[in-house]
Amino acid sequence: MTWGATDLTVRYGDRVALDGVTVTARPGTVHAVIGGDGAGKSTLLRVLAGLGMAHEGSVRLPPQERIGYVPSHGGVVGDLTVDENVAFVAASYRLRGWQGRATTLLERAGLAEFRNRLARQLSGGQRRKLAGSLALLPEPHLLVLDEVTTGVDPVSRMELWRIIAGAAANGTAVIAATTYLDEAERAGWVDLLHGGRQLASGTPQEIVDGIPGTVSDEAAPQDRATAWRHGRRWHQWHPDGDASAGGPHRPSLEDAAIVRELLANGSAA
Amino acid sequence: MSAHVDAAHVTRRFGDFTAVDDVGLQVEAGEVVGLLGANGAGKTTLIKMVLGLLRPTAGRVQLFGQPPGLEQRRRIGYVPQNLGLYTDLSVDENLAFRAEVFGCAQVGAGDLPGGRHVGDLPLGLQRRAAFAAALQHRPELLVLDEPTSGVSPLSRSELWDLIRSEADRGAGVLVSTHYMDEAVQADRLVVMARGRVVATGSEADVVGERRTLVVEAAHWEGAFAAVDGAGLRPLLAGRTIRVPGGEDDLPTLRQVLADAGVEAAVRTAPATLEETLVELSR
Repeated sequence: MTWGATDLTVRYGDRVALDGVTVTARPGTVHAVIGGDGAGKSTLLRVLAGLGMAHEGSVRLPPQERIGYVPSHGGVVGDLTVDENVAFVAASYRLRGWQGRATTLLERAGLAEFRNRLARQLSGGQRRKLAGSLALLPEPHLLVLDEVTTGVDPVSRMELWRIIAGAAANGTAVIAATTYLDEAERAGWVDLLHGGRQLASGTPQEIVDGIPGTVSDEAAPQDRATAWRHGRRWHQWHPDGDASAGGPHRPSLEDAAIVRELLANGSAA
Repeated sequence: MSAHVDAAHVTRRFGDFTAVDDVGLQVEAGEVVGLLGANGAGKTTLIKMVLGLLRPTAGRVQLFGQPPGLEQRRRIGYVPQNLGLYTDLSVDENLAFRAEVFGCAQVGAGDLPGGRHVGDLPLGLQRRAAFAAALQHRPELLVLDEPTSGVSPLSRSELWDLIRSEADRGAGVLVSTHYMDEAVQADRLVVMARGRVVATGSEADVVGERRTLVVEAAHWEGAFAAVDGAGLRPLLAGRTIRVPGGEDDLPTLRQVLADAGVEAAVRTAPATLEETLVELSR
């Protein structure tokens, strides 16, 4: 059973936040949704979290009690302790026999020694790990994470991804929005959104392989409209695939995402 | 000519806690230096000392060859993570206000929508407005905190174009970031952990010979559960599993997999910058 949405369109008044987007979240797969601000990532995730957003298109979701959701801000109650947050979620979902699972989740998140601490007194990374653990408590079939690692330091970020991958290993379908492309590069599947449109969809390798033309590494740009900085050097996109002075360069997911955005903006023929 | 930033053997204690411990940091004209480290590594304390907002307990900090003070700070452009703009003022009003503070001529908004409220703009444009405001007085040193976080890849490349242009003009740039795609844009990295500088140089210098264990199994799920259950801190990358460690750790990893009855191929591969940073921070 897969979850997701087909031809999903969401409007806020006159503005089209999502324009015919199709995503599939497979059990046991970590699925990354990438794009900048205004791409539509949060809107897509709110639909997939079953928050009752008005939309066009079809949506397939597990029962609400089997969806875990961490919004881009929050996901924990600051004025409750870690343990009280856990008990609150357990009560909301009417869980039984959850204590053992809660202990395991808190241990995995490195929060076992902070169970009596108020959530707002945790570090930012610890709060996000608590939010993730709370979302996993009801053993969700679909885990929806909105920029759960944004602003989190690299150590906590690795720990969060270990927790998330652990859920996927147990068969949970994970869909996670992120602006960190190194994270997306490790995902099993990636969807690139931009201005509500879906610019690419596939494994990271498929997205890199799917861009038209070639990318070269240059000391100076040949065409500023289709070149971008990489340290002191430049990456130059050749839409027609011509070889270049700098020699071919194996594009990264970031290079591919830039090319897709240039194409969407009509910067190249 | 002295470096724009020259900190030598700088230490800062708060009571019994040593936040920065015998650290050196140089930022030369025209150079982009990336400052990396986990929370609590001492980055913020170090930056505050560089800016003269906090006095070192020991050691010496010089800004443009002088002890940091108001005159030196005037030559700095600072863009904090929250951008430091008034969101209910227009771009033009923000530029005018900042020009007034620095006593310099106001620059035009360029291709930014000068009349619009900052709060109504997409984040990419807000970030560019923050840069425009910080650059008006032609600072010789830029101090940036995650300057491109949250924007699309193309917007990020445009922001880096701007940062690089400032470096090409001769400004020194100090970028503090948690973001590896941002770190690799720097000319030189300084990695802090537990108050000390634990690595410096290019990405290749920082990673050095460090390796990571790579596990490939027909069923990654079982391999992941086994490695995670043994406390080896696995990272999932597609369908392969990466585990901190090197050649010496291969037997332990093989044993863990064998004990769990998981058939898997195990090898080592070069560590990534992020993996290196996490291991250095432990």
